[in-house]
Amino acid sequence: MDRIELGRLLTAAFPDGEVEVTGDDGVHFEARIVTPAFAGKSLVEQHKLVYAALGDLMKETIHALSLKTYTPEAWARKR
Amino acid sequence: MSDIHEAIRQTIEQNRVVLFMKGTKNFPQCGFSARAVEVLKRCGAEFKDVNILLDQELRQGLKDFSSWPTFPQVFVDGKLVGGSDILLELFEAGDLQKMLEAPKAS
Repeated sequence: MDRIELGRLLTAAFPDGEVEVTGDDGVHFEARIVTPAFAGKSLVEQHKLVYAALGDLMKETIHALSLKTYTPEAWARKR
Repeated sequence: MSDIHEAIRQTIEQNRVVLFMKGTKNFPQCGFSARAVEVLKRCGAEFKDVNILLDQELRQGLKDFSSWPTFPQVFVDGKLVGGSDILLELFEAGDLQKMLEAPKAS
């Protein structure tokens, strides 16, 4: 698993979103996902959507995935 | 509900804030768990720490119970708040402090 592949997986799971993945050691990653799909969802629910998209990968392959999730509005406010 | 889920449910109901973590609050054994302990301490929050490394059944049971694949896991008033990322984000936004100040949701 590398960040390109993880980025592709997340982009496929959130087609109307913006995904950016960093992390070069193959195990620890940081992913930022901005998508309207998170609207009205708590942070826990947003992260659960991401974990659901990654399924079993989260069990062994990805030891540490640091997530930053935003709706487009939240991301605009943050920048 | 399986025994382990029942045990988890009791723990999160009997303690307002529960941190299921790798290691203990005094000897965290993982960077993410250590960060969660740090945030809770900076909040002045009293919390119960549970070391999941000592109990494989608890470790797996928790992942199913909260449908959350990683540790640490923080519960407040019986509800999953999240892992160390979310805890830090809530702390920085001041939301965690509000959550802990609010009287226990009855």
